[in-house]
Amino acid sequence: MGRIVIDPVTRIEGHLKVEVVVDGGQVKEARCSGMLFRGFEKILEGRDPRDAQIITERICGVCNHCHTTASALCLDSAFGIADKIPHNGRVIRNLLLGFHQVQDHILHFYHLAALDYVDVTKVADYEGDDRVLNSVKAFLQRGELSPFVPRYEGDYRLTPALNRELVAHYVKALEVRRKGHEAVAILGGKVPHACAITPGGATETVTVDKMASLLWRAKELRQFVEDCYLPDVIKVAEAYSDYFEIGRGCGRYLSYGAFDLDGSNPDYVSRERFFKQGTTTTDLVYEPLDLSAITEFVKYSWYEDDTTGRHPFQGETRPNPMKEGAYSWLKAPRYKGQVYEVGPLARVAVAYARGDQQVKELVDQLLGHFKASKEALFSVLGRHASRAICALLIARQLEKWVLELKPGEPAYVDFQVPEEAEGVGIVDAARGALGHWVVIKDRKIARYQCVVPTTWNGSPKDDMGNPGPIEQALIGTKVRDEKNPFEVVRIVRSFDPCIACAVHLLDHKGRELRRFIIA
Amino acid sequence: MSQVKEVPVLWIQGATCTGCSVSMLNVVAPSIKDLLLEEVLPGTHLNLRFQATIMAGAGEPVIEVLEDTKQRKSKEYVLVVEGAIPTAEGGIYCLLGERGQKEVPFKDWVVELGKEALAVLALGTCASFGGIPASKPNPTKAKGVMEVFKEEGVRTPVVNIPGCPPHPDWFVGTVVRILLLGLPGPEDLDEWLRPKDFYGGLIHENCPRRAYFDEGKFAKSFGEPGCLYELGCKGPITHADCFLRKWNGGVNWCIDAGMGCQGCTQPEFPDLFGPFYEKVTDRDLPKIGESKR
Repeated sequence: MGRIVIDPVTRIEGHLKVEVVVDGGQVKEARCSGMLFRGFEKILEGRDPRDAQIITERICGVCNHCHTTASALCLDSAFGIADKIPHNGRVIRNLLLGFHQVQDHILHFYHLAALDYVDVTKVADYEGDDRVLNSVKAFLQRGELSPFVPRYEGDYRLTPALNRELVAHYVKALEVRRKGHEAVAILGGKVPHACAITPGGATETVTVDKMASLLWRAKELRQFVEDCYLPDVIKVAEAYSDYFEIGRGCGRYLSYGAFDLDGSNPDYVSRERFFKQGTTTTDLVYEPLDLSAITEFVKYSWYEDDTTGRHPFQGETRPNPMKEGAYSWLKAPRYKGQVYEVGPLARVAVAYARGDQQVKELVDQLLGHFKASKEALFSVLGRHASRAICALLIARQLEKWVLELKPGEPAYVDFQVPEEAEGVGIVDAARGALGHWVVIKDRKIARYQCVVPTTWNGSPKDDMGNPGPIEQALIGTKVRDEKNPFEVVRIVRSFDPCIACAVHLLDHKGRELRRFIIA
Repeated sequence: MSQVKEVPVLWIQGATCTGCSVSMLNVVAPSIKDLLLEEVLPGTHLNLRFQATIMAGAGEPVIEVLEDTKQRKSKEYVLVVEGAIPTAEGGIYCLLGERGQKEVPFKDWVVELGKEALAVLALGTCASFGGIPASKPNPTKAKGVMEVFKEEGVRTPVVNIPGCPPHPDWFVGTVVRILLLGLPGPEDLDEWLRPKDFYGGLIHENCPRRAYFDEGKFAKSFGEPGCLYELGCKGPITHADCFLRKWNGGVNWCIDAGMGCQGCTQPEFPDLFGPFYEKVTDRDLPKIGESKR
């Protein structure tokens, strides 16, 4: 029996350690641990509620704009203006979130995930006149190969030609995703941590020149997703098709939906959204979303047992690092008491179950290409493909949404901070369902809780003993080479974990805490 | 090709959101491709040996890179620190890698790698001054690099490049300056160890809405013309060159987007600037006040 420890897991956001126990070449146990604690919710208590949005977007510099959106929605709802955001405010929020998510999906595939599949060093054999590839070749010939080496060695399967193409697209994608961020800044001021989304709408004034400048960036992003991103995911999948059967996970999926198409309904659960709110399973039967069915369990987390099984509005966080049997600082959020995966795969599965024609076409085409059944979707490659499909769906909307802007009309509505209120903001971030809950007393934040995508996906076992989605995806996986555990990192990265988010509350390894205290 | 000089860089991340790294990916000139693969200056390549957000490797082999560089490239490498340094209980609130099966506090890496570095660039407001993780009640006793170095007696030169996030030009410009002219001397840095090249100006004195302020025309709601002072703009006490440089390829910046400056390059960020939507008080504006209104 072998223990494989990967610390740090790189090419993700944040500090993650993964530990698996391998027996007979197969993963028997899996544990994810975040390695950083900052304490955002403690920091928020007692502050002016309006500041929550400026602080919480800084939970994560990768998904910052998703937090901006969730927090603005949460404060709108607490301030009683969820149905009063002006048309331009709603469209600006959609555009910023849309540009952000397309560039984020591109970043994840090319810059975070691809190096598990693409062998940069193969470009050393290149004979040709492409400037980018020659520049990579010259880099390789100089012999200082970081940040591309060291790495796991062995299972790189792409042909030399495909390796070169993907490396060229890795470089091209750096530029394309930067332009996605430029588009966010055009209406958001700057990014990361855009300043121009605020409770009440947006502070930017819509002008025709900004619309023009957004349009060509939207077009460039769409073309890159159409011509490179989705085709590249398919090419990688062809070479690694066994990963349609690896990393299946828990088989239940939850989406909060994203991109408000109509702002007149103050209820975010039933509001018309481009990505739909709801849940489904591998049977692809649609179920509507019920926010009251969310509870967080802590039997295997370092928190007092009497805080277990609570809804985020009642959520409490009393650490107990000495707790017997616990092994994570993440709580275990569950929906109707069951383990649910969130993220692009969940968005696609929910949309498919709901009968969304665009999604059905894209998914059926993909599965048809691989002559695969729907089961294949629930896998490492299914997650990558779903992410590319989400990017394509959003990219196809961006130009339309730009044209919905109305120059000269307001984007912001004034409001009063109430003496006492509760609010909730939900939205599907790039990485999955993101919820912010606030309780206001004396015009100050009395309680602020975030339940974020990686808390769902990276959660430990719940009180019933069911492992979290990433753990379930790892357990049972065959690891061919324990020194180069490609399978483990490929599964973990397919979830696109974001640890700053997941451990915004508390995060370090309790056993080590004990060791430090005793020592 | 052998004449290209390799400058080793170790980039380690503590209590961070990774926003500084993402902001650096947004660099326009030189492009991120130039920085990673080609030359930052003719004949000089940044040999980015450790950067957890983009590096291929993971686990033990990359931790060896840190150890190896510390030993073999002593006083040759530049250490970039992103994120604050949690110091409570020996630094256990942020751990990076294992040594002899025991996890290593981020604080230990900062001190050990910092001692042997040629210079340390504290990138972002968290690494410079503690930033958001160090805001009240500072649950992990998070601190910036210069404070930790002072306590631990580390004498390696530190340059702060704050901002939440910092502008990629501020980082690249500082690196190029070091390569071309050597480490900045005391005359090149302000009292907070920020390069005067980038942090010398006050936002308020260079603000495109300054004329409104002088005339006493103040915006009362977002989306209106007028000075944003009453809506909480921290420009009067914030040093940076955003007004000149602008953000994300020069397309925009906070005040042009209709939001006040949030003061993210300052050591006061965020505690002394909250509530963000309330105006900074008169005492912060000794010369200008509101008397003209």
